[in-house]
Amino acid sequence: MTDQLLRLEGISKSFPGVRALSNVSLDLHAGEVHALVGENGAGKSTLMKILTGVYAKDAGTILIDGKPVDIDGPQTAQALGISVIHQELSLMPDLTIAENIFIGREKRRWWAFVDNKDLNRRAAQLFDQLGIYLDPRTKVGDLVVAQQQVVEIAKALSFDARILVMDEPTAALTEQETRVLFRIIRDLKRRGTGIIYISHRLEELREISDRITVLRDGEYIATMPTADADVRRVIALMVGREITHQTRPARSTRQRPTVLEVRGLTTKDLLRDVSFDVREGEILGFAGLMGAGRTEVARALCGIDPIERGEIYLRGRRVRIKSPADAARLGMGYLSEDRKRFGLLLDQDITLNVALSSLPSFTGPLGLVRDKRIREVSEDYVRSLRVKATSVRQQTQALSGGNQQKVVLARWLAKDCDILLVDEPTRGIDVGAKEEIYELLTSLAEQGKSIIMISSELPEVLRLAHRIVVMCEGRVTGILDNADADQETIMAYATQAGAHGGIAV
Amino acid sequence: MRRVSDAPATKETATSASSTSPRSYLAAPHRWLELTPSLVRRQFQLLLAFASLLVIVIFFSVVNPHFSSRSNLTGILESTTVVGILALGTTFVIITGGIELSLGTGMTLTAVLTGIFLVHLGLPLPVGVLCGILSGALIGFINGTTIAFLGIPPFIATLATMLIAEGLALVISGAAPIYFSEVAGFTGIARGTLIPWLPNGVLILFVLTVIAAIVLNKTLLGRYTFAIGSNEEAAKISGVNVRRWKIAVYTLSGAFMGVAGLVLAARLNSAQPALGVGYELQAIAAVVIGGTSLQGGKGSILGTLIGALIVGTVTNGLRIMSVEPEWQTVIIGIVILLAVYTDILRRGRAST
Repeated sequence: MTDQLLRLEGISKSFPGVRALSNVSLDLHAGEVHALVGENGAGKSTLMKILTGVYAKDAGTILIDGKPVDIDGPQTAQALGISVIHQELSLMPDLTIAENIFIGREKRRWWAFVDNKDLNRRAAQLFDQLGIYLDPRTKVGDLVVAQQQVVEIAKALSFDARILVMDEPTAALTEQETRVLFRIIRDLKRRGTGIIYISHRLEELREISDRITVLRDGEYIATMPTADADVRRVIALMVGREITHQTRPARSTRQRPTVLEVRGLTTKDLLRDVSFDVREGEILGFAGLMGAGRTEVARALCGIDPIERGEIYLRGRRVRIKSPADAARLGMGYLSEDRKRFGLLLDQDITLNVALSSLPSFTGPLGLVRDKRIREVSEDYVRSLRVKATSVRQQTQALSGGNQQKVVLARWLAKDCDILLVDEPTRGIDVGAKEEIYELLTSLAEQGKSIIMISSELPEVLRLAHRIVVMCEGRVTGILDNADADQETIMAYATQAGAHGGIAV
Repeated sequence: MRRVSDAPATKETATSASSTSPRSYLAAPHRWLELTPSLVRRQFQLLLAFASLLVIVIFFSVVNPHFSSRSNLTGILESTTVVGILALGTTFVIITGGIELSLGTGMTLTAVLTGIFLVHLGLPLPVGVLCGILSGALIGFINGTTIAFLGIPPFIATLATMLIAEGLALVISGAAPIYFSEVAGFTGIARGTLIPWLPNGVLILFVLTVIAAIVLNKTLLGRYTFAIGSNEEAAKISGVNVRRWKIAVYTLSGAFMGVAGLVLAARLNSAQPALGVGYELQAIAAVVIGGTSLQGGKGSILGTLIGALIVGTVTNGLRIMSVEPEWQTVIIGIVILLAVYTDILRRGRAST
C-alpha cells in the first residue's frame, strides 16, 4: 500500500481493573473513510483517545506515513495532522464561529487586541473550501447542532488535519443534515483526508465508508471492505452472536380497548390540535423530522410543559395533568431521550434511581424508608431487565447507556405505570443493547402496557410500532397502521404539512 | 416481568444478573471481599475528616497540656454547639445544591423573638421556646418559598433574608440586648447538666445529630434531598414534587436555626441583636469540611458534626496557644482549602 497514511499496530491499554484494549491494529489510507464499529465498551473511544494523545498507550506502535511517531499529548497529535470531532461538541456557545475556530491562535494587534477582521476572513475561506455558507460572525450558540458540527470540521481543517476522527457525527443530525455532512466527507476524501468514522448506525456506514473494522471487548475482530459487509454479519461480529431477524409486530391491536385519548392538544410554542389515541398493549410510534413536535407531545402529556388547549381522557375519564407528579399519579411515565439530564441521578446508586418515583410506597411506620425492600425490588428489576451492574449499590454513571435506560424504565415499572412515553429509547445505545431494549418494549406491550415511542429511526418505528403517528411542524399529518406503513410513506407524511399548507390526515 | 436469560457472552456478565438463582450475583463469594474496600472508599472523606480531627486534638494536646483538660474539652464542645446545630440543618440545604446565608442573622432574629415571647409577652417557658423554634422554621419556610416558587437563586434569596433578619432583629429589640434573668430555667437549656459533666447545649447538639442523621438517611425527605441535589430536573420529571420538598428542606434548616438561636440565647442568658453575622459562614465551612459537596447530591450528617468539631477545636487550640483572633480566622480559611482539596484529590483518583 503506497498511500498508507496511518497505521496503529498492536495497541494495548489497561486501566486499573480493566483491560480496555489488547493488541489492536488498524490502518487508514489517504482519501479513505474507515468505519470503526463495536458495542459501547468495545474500546473504540479508548483507541481514538490514544491516537489523539489523550491517553498514553501501554504497548504498540503508531506510524504516520510509515514512520513511527510518539504522540505524547493532544498538541502533538494536532501537529501531526490528527484532529478529532467529538461526540459532545466542544465549542464555546458565547463566542462567534470565527473566534471558536481560531481560539488560541488569534492574530493580535498591539499585543492584546484581536484582529477580528482577519479571523472572519480566514473562517470564510474555510467555509468556501467546504462549500458551505455560514457567517463567521454568528455566535455558535445560535447555530443548530448540524451547523456546529460543520464549525468543528472547519476547525479541524484549519489545523491542516490529514487524519480526521469523527465520533458519532450523525447522532444528533436530521436526514437532510446528514446529507450535507456526507457531501462534506466525500469532498474531504477527494482531497486525500483519511477519516476514521465511529458510528452505531450501520445503515449509513454502507453509504459513506470504504472499510469497516469491528472491535469487541477491547479486541480486534475483523476488517472488511464495506462492499462485502452484510449488516447482519457486522452486527453478529460486534455482539459475538447472531441477532434475530428484523421483523414487524404481528399482532394487531385493533380489538384492544383505548387507554388514552388526546384531543386537540395545543401548546403555546409548537403543537397545534394534536389528536390521537393509544390502546392497551399497543406500541404507538411517533415519527417525524426533528422539530416536528414529537418530544413536545410527550412533555405536554406528562405535565412537564404547560398545555394551552386540549383534552386528555384516561380510560374514558377526563384528566388534567399540570405537573409530572400528576402524570405519575395517573400512571404515565416519561423516559427522556437525554437520559443524563432528564432521567438519571448519576451520582446516586441504582436503588434510589429505581425507587425515585415510588418512594412513598416504600415507607413503613414512622415514615421511615424501608431500604431492604427497595433493595429487593431493585434487585428484581436488575435481574428481570438484565441490567449489567456489579451491584444495586453501583452509581448509575458507571453504567452503559443501555443499562441506564433500563434503570429509568425500572423506575416507571416500579411506579406501576401503564403508559410509558419513551423518547428515542435507543439513542446512544449500542447494537446489542438496542435489541434488548426492543425485546423489552415488545414484551411490556404484550403484558398490557401502552407505549408511546418517539423515534427518529424509521426501521425502529416500523419494527416495533403497531400504529404510527406522523407529525410535521407541530401537527399530526397521518396515523398509519403498521401494515400500511413503509419508510417512503412515513417520510411523505413527515414532510407534507408545508406542501399542503396545513393539516393532511 | 421475567424472561429467560440468554445473556450475551460479554465480560460484564460475569458479575451481573444471571438466571441461575435469585440473588446469585450478590451471593457470589467475591462479593463480600469487594464490599469492604468499597465501603472504605465511600466513607473515605468521613474517615479522613475523623483522622484529621484526631491529629488536631493530639497536636494541641502535645503543644499545650492545658488543652486536653476536661474543662477545656467541654469548653470546645460548648463552643461548637451553636455552629454545629446550624451546620446540621444546612447540610440538607447544601445537599440539595442550595446554600443558606441567612443562618447567622436568622438565628439572632429567632433569639430576639424568643426574648419577646418569654420576657415581654411572658409566655410560659415551653410555649415561648416552641414559638422561638417555629419562628426559625418560618424564616426557613420563607426562604424555601422564594426559592421554589419565585425561582430566585438560593444565594440571592438567602442573602436578602440575611439582611432582612439582621435589620428586623435590631428593630424589634430596639437595638438593645434582651435579658432572660427573670425567666426561670431558661439558661438551663444550654448550661444545665441532665447528664453529669455534659452541658445540655452539647446534649442537644448530639440529640439533633442523631435526629438529622435519621431524617437524612431514613426518611422520604432525606431521599428527596439527595435526589434533588443529584438532578433536580430528573427528580421533577419522575413525579417528585420538587418545590414542596425544597420548601420542606429549608423549613427544616430553619427549625434547626431556631434551636441554635435558643441555645445561644440560653448560654448568654440574653438575646444579643448585633451578634450572629459570620455564624453562617462557619456553619457552611463545617459542612464542607465534613465532606458535603457544594454541588449537591452528596453529604453526611456525621461528617458535618466532625467538621463542626474541627472548626471548634482549631479555634480553641489556637486561642490556647495565644494566637490572635485575626490569625485564627486566617488558619480556619486554610483548613477549609485543605479539606476541600483533599476531597478533590480523592475524587480525581477515583475517576481515573
